[in-house]
Amino acid sequence: MSISRPAEAGSQPPLSYPAYRSNITRAPSRPLIRVPANFTDLAAPVYGYLPIGAGDTDLTRQHDGDPLGERIVVSGRVADEDGRPVTNTLVEVWQCNAAGRYRHALDDHPAPLDPNFSGAGRTVTDAEGRYRFVTIKPGAYPWRNHPNAWRPAHIHFSLFGSSLRSRLVTQMYFPNDPLFAYDPILQSIPDPRARERLVSAFDLDLTQPEWALGYRFDIVLRGRHSTPFEQRT
Amino acid sequence: MTGTAADRSIATPSQTVGPFFEVWLRSHHALGVLAGPETRGERLRLRVVVVDGDGAVVPDCLIEIYQADHDGEYGRESFSGFGRLPTGADGACEFETIRPGAVRSAAGIVQAPHVNVCLFARGLLRHLYTRVYFPDDPHLDADPILALVPPDRKHTLIAAPVGEGASVPRTFERVIRLQGDDETVFFDL
Repeated sequence: MSISRPAEAGSQPPLSYPAYRSNITRAPSRPLIRVPANFTDLAAPVYGYLPIGAGDTDLTRQHDGDPLGERIVVSGRVADEDGRPVTNTLVEVWQCNAAGRYRHALDDHPAPLDPNFSGAGRTVTDAEGRYRFVTIKPGAYPWRNHPNAWRPAHIHFSLFGSSLRSRLVTQMYFPNDPLFAYDPILQSIPDPRARERLVSAFDLDLTQPEWALGYRFDIVLRGRHSTPFEQRT
Repeated sequence: MTGTAADRSIATPSQTVGPFFEVWLRSHHALGVLAGPETRGERLRLRVVVVDGDGAVVPDCLIEIYQADHDGEYGRESFSGFGRLPTGADGACEFETIRPGAVRSAAGIVQAPHVNVCLFARGLLRHLYTRVYFPDDPHLDADPILALVPPDRKHTLIAAPVGEGASVPRTFERVIRLQGDDETVFFDL
């Protein structure tokens, strides 16, 4: 049996990373068991392909008024490891507001909630693997991982891709954030090139004059196993 | 694409789902009911409980399940086989589904009826894959994935019936132990 293509060494965070404190009692201590490739190519679930409305892709249009904050366009292309576009795949996002507060009962950061911002959206990629959201730039916020710990501003992303093994939940960051060096969640990724993948790029072409700054965030999903035929004896 | 050509094949890294993912689920409907009135197959409730290395329940997990239908087929229009729920204060969530059929690959390899589980949580930098098998299934001994698991850990993948067998639908419970003694088997796909 063939073994599926492993993730590039250092491109994914380790299971165990104690600098992220809540990881200490939650990370498995035994090695993962590798599943042969012919059992990993199960097609991803078909879920969430309801009609996408304007309110799903524009997070600034979900309430009567405009949310506070810096309006931005976030757009990019979803591809697999061989560069092929991943089309018609669900892309879901969630984030805090411009003040750094999530609309969630357990978020007790003393920053204001914004009645005009819920912070969740979704879309599906087009025939070229592209997606686009309009939102506001999320704020940085404190957390209690270590003294004076702050999360760099980020937008959470969830994607299904083509197969069960392409499932991805990640976070998009903004360029040149001074908090990167202090953030164990981003720093858990060993390979600096892979960390770079999570930092969006300011893009003047995506920027809409007199309206919104544009950030490009391209995403590479693990693909289906690329060997088309398997030797079976 | 951002990055140089040489970097393009590097997959985007995973990051934790964090503690506030219900902001996302609230808008997009968590799915706990997979089986509708028309769905064929034996109805069952699948309860998933998550426990950490200190033995404490984990109240902020996101559990996704994906399973075949009664015939062992995935992704049919009549049955998506996909569900997702957050765990509650008791570390548990419960899906209303059906018992999946055995899954036969094109090469004729048969996998015992099972439910794929994808687990996300604050504290986990990447999600975990595991499976739920059902006790007393005649296909368990020949299952090619269970065959990869050391004998003393196989039981961590098999659900336990809850309550009397006569109750309908039957409830099966699978305790996922993230760490420590009796740690659940997780897979690398």
